[in-house]
Amino acid sequence: MLEKALKGTKTYWTLVISIMVIMGVAFLFYLRQYHYGLGVTGLSRDVTWGFYIAQFTFLVGVAASAVMVVLPYYLHNYKAFGKITILGEFLAIASVIMCMTFIFVDMGQPFRILNVFLHPTPHSLMFWDTVALGGYLLLNIIISRVVLDAERKAIAPPGWIKPVIILSIPWAISIHTVTAFLYAGLAARPFWLTAVLAPRFLASAFSSGPALLILLCLLLRKYTRFDPGKEPIQKLALIATYAMAANVFFILMEFFTALYSDIPEHLMHFEYLFLGLDGKTNLVPWMWTSEILALIALVLLINPGTRRREGTLILACVMVFISIWIDKGMGMVVGGFIPNPLGNVTEYMPTFTELMISLGVYAMGLLLVTGLYKIALSVRGEVRA
Amino acid sequence: MKIDRRKFIKFTGLTAIGLAGTPAARAFTGEDSLLVNEAGRQPSVENPLTAKRWAMVINLKKCIAQDGCTKCIDACHTVHNVPDFGNPKDEIKWIWKESFEHAFHEQEHEFINEALKHAPTLVFCNHCDNPPCVRVCPTQATWKREEDGIVMMDWHRCIGCRYCVVACPYGSRSFNWRDPRPFIKELHPDFPTRVRGVVEKCTFCEERLARGLMPACVEACPEKAMVFGDLEDADSEVRELLRNNYTIRRKPSLGTMPEIYYII
Ligand code: SF4
Ligand code: SF4
Ligand code: SF4
Repeated sequence: MLEKALKGTKTYWTLVISIMVIMGVAFLFYLRQYHYGLGVTGLSRDVTWGFYIAQFTFLVGVAASAVMVVLPYYLHNYKAFGKITILGEFLAIASVIMCMTFIFVDMGQPFRILNVFLHPTPHSLMFWDTVALGGYLLLNIIISRVVLDAERKAIAPPGWIKPVIILSIPWAISIHTVTAFLYAGLAARPFWLTAVLAPRFLASAFSSGPALLILLCLLLRKYTRFDPGKEPIQKLALIATYAMAANVFFILMEFFTALYSDIPEHLMHFEYLFLGLDGKTNLVPWMWTSEILALIALVLLINPGTRRREGTLILACVMVFISIWIDKGMGMVVGGFIPNPLGNVTEYMPTFTELMISLGVYAMGLLLVTGLYKIALSVRGEVRA
Repeated sequence: MKIDRRKFIKFTGLTAIGLAGTPAARAFTGEDSLLVNEAGRQPSVENPLTAKRWAMVINLKKCIAQDGCTKCIDACHTVHNVPDFGNPKDEIKWIWKESFEHAFHEQEHEFINEALKHAPTLVFCNHCDNPPCVRVCPTQATWKREEDGIVMMDWHRCIGCRYCVVACPYGSRSFNWRDPRPFIKELHPDFPTRVRGVVEKCTFCEERLARGLMPACVEACPEKAMVFGDLEDADSEVRELLRNNYTIRRKPSLGTMPEIYYII
C-alpha cells in the first residue's frame, strides 16, 4: 500500500520535495544543537522547558482528537464520518510521530533515551507518557492499515479489529490526560497545580483537532477529487464548537480560582502572562491575542448562520487553531516557569535555531500527512488524475 | 566498608568531648571539630563517614555576619569542577547565596527587618526526605540513597530531560546547556567532570564522606556556620542544634521534608 505514496502528479512531488528541503535545512540546525548542546535554545536555568515541550503538548492534543471522528463512527455507527475517519487516524499517526520527535530534540542526551525503557520507572509520569504515546501510535497504525486494506479489497474489515478500535478510544483520552499529569502533579509549579488541567487539555484538543481536520478536508476538496460532503464538516464544526465552549469555560475557572483566592504564588503566573511582571511583558500580547481569538471564534461557531457558511467557518477554525496553539504552545508551558520557584523573573523566547528545528519537525509531520492522505485517497480512487 | 552506628557515635562523641560548654555552644566554638578523627585515625576510605540520615544545620546569623564571604561556595565549586560561564543563561551552581526574601518568601513580610530581607542566604539541594525530583525522573538517574538519605545523581544515565529541574521547588538543579569543560577554572582530577546535556546539583559530598571527610563547604566555613550530621542520632551535633534553637526550613508546606535547617 505504501507504494501509493510514491506515485503522484507534479504538484504532489513539488510539495513533497519542498517539504523535504525544509526538513534538510532544519536537520542542519539540529546538528548544530547536537554539537553545541541545548544552549542554542532560549532556555535557561530558570526556564528549563520551552518551545519544544510546548509543541509536544499541543500535538498530543491533535493526536488525541482523532477520537472525535473514531468514536461517532465506530461506536455510534455515524456513517457520515466514514470518509474522514481514516484522515483523523492518519493525522493522529503524524501527530504522535511529531510529538516523539519534539521530545527527542529536547533531550540533553538524546542517544540515551532508551534508558527510559532500560530502567522503567513507574513512579515517573514521563515513563507513562512514553508508554501511552507509543501504544497509541501502534493502535492507530494497526487500525488504519487493516481498515484501509479491507477497503481496497472491498471486503468487510476482520472482526478482531473492532475491539482494537474500541480500545483506541479510551487510549486517546489517556494520552492527553497523562500529558496533563506531567504538569499537574508538581508541587513546585503552582500554575500547573490544578485539577482542571487535564479536562482543559482535552477540551482544547477536541476543538483544535477537529478545526484542523475541517481545514485539511477543505484543502483536499480543493486540490483533489475527494469530497467529504457537507454533513461531516458541519458535524465536526459542531464538535469543535462544544469543545471550544468547554475550553473557554475551563479557562474562566482557572481565572476565578487564581483571582479570587488571591494566593500570590498562584496569581503571579497569571499576572506575568496577562499583565507582565517586573516590567517583563514578552508573552502579554500573545496571551491577549489568544483570548480574543478564542472569543471571536466562539461567537462565529455558536451562531448557526456563521457556522454553516463555509467562509466564516474557515475563519473560525483558523482562529480556534491559532488561539489554542498560542495557549498551549507558548503560554501554558512557559508561564509555569515565570516567576521561578524563588520568585525571580527570567523571560524566555525561542531562538532562531529553536524555531528552525521546530519548523523541521512540523515539516516532517506535514510530509507524513501528505503521504498518508495520498495513500488513503489513492486507495479510494479519489486522486485527481 | 560501612562503619557501624556505635563507632560513628563514638566519632561524633569524641569530637564533642574535647569541647566545652553547652552542646549548642560546642558546635560553634570555632574549634576545628571537623577534622578530628577517632584516636588519631586519618580520614580515608577505611574510615568513611556514615549516617542514617544526613542533614545540615546552617546558622544564618553567623553566616550573614560574614558579609561577602564565599568560602563555602568556592570550596564546593572548586572540588566538584563546577564550571563558571560568567552569564546567567548557562549558569551552573551547586550552592549559592539568595536573598532571604527569595529563599524564604513565605516568611517574608512588609515590615521585616531590612537587613534580614536582603540577607544573602545560603541555599543548595535540601536532600529532601520526600524528593519530588526523584519521583519524576524517568530513568532513576537521580535517586534517594536509602541508607543515608542523600539524593544522588548518575551522570552517565541522565538523559537530560530536565523533568527533575522542573519538579524541584527550590531551584537546586542546574543543566549543562553546553560543554562545561572549557569553563572549569582549575580542574580537580579526583572528581568527574560532566558533559553537556546532563543535570547536576549538590551531592552532599558523598564522595568525600566515603573517604571520611566532611563536606567541602562545611570544612571551608571559617565560622562553623554549617554543621553536618546524622539526624537519626539523638546525640549528634545537628540534633543538639535543632533541640536548642528555633529552626526553619524552606517551603515545608509542600511536604518535601527538606533536610537543611536554618537558625535565624
Ligand atoms: S532540593 Fe530539589 S533537587 Fe534537592 S532533593 Fe529536594 S527536590 Fe530534589
Ligand atoms: S534530567 Fe536526568 S536526572 Fe533529571 S529527570 Fe531527566 S533523566 Fe532524571
Ligand atoms: S555538601 Fe558538598 S556538594 Fe553540597 S554544597 Fe556543600 S560542598 Fe557542595
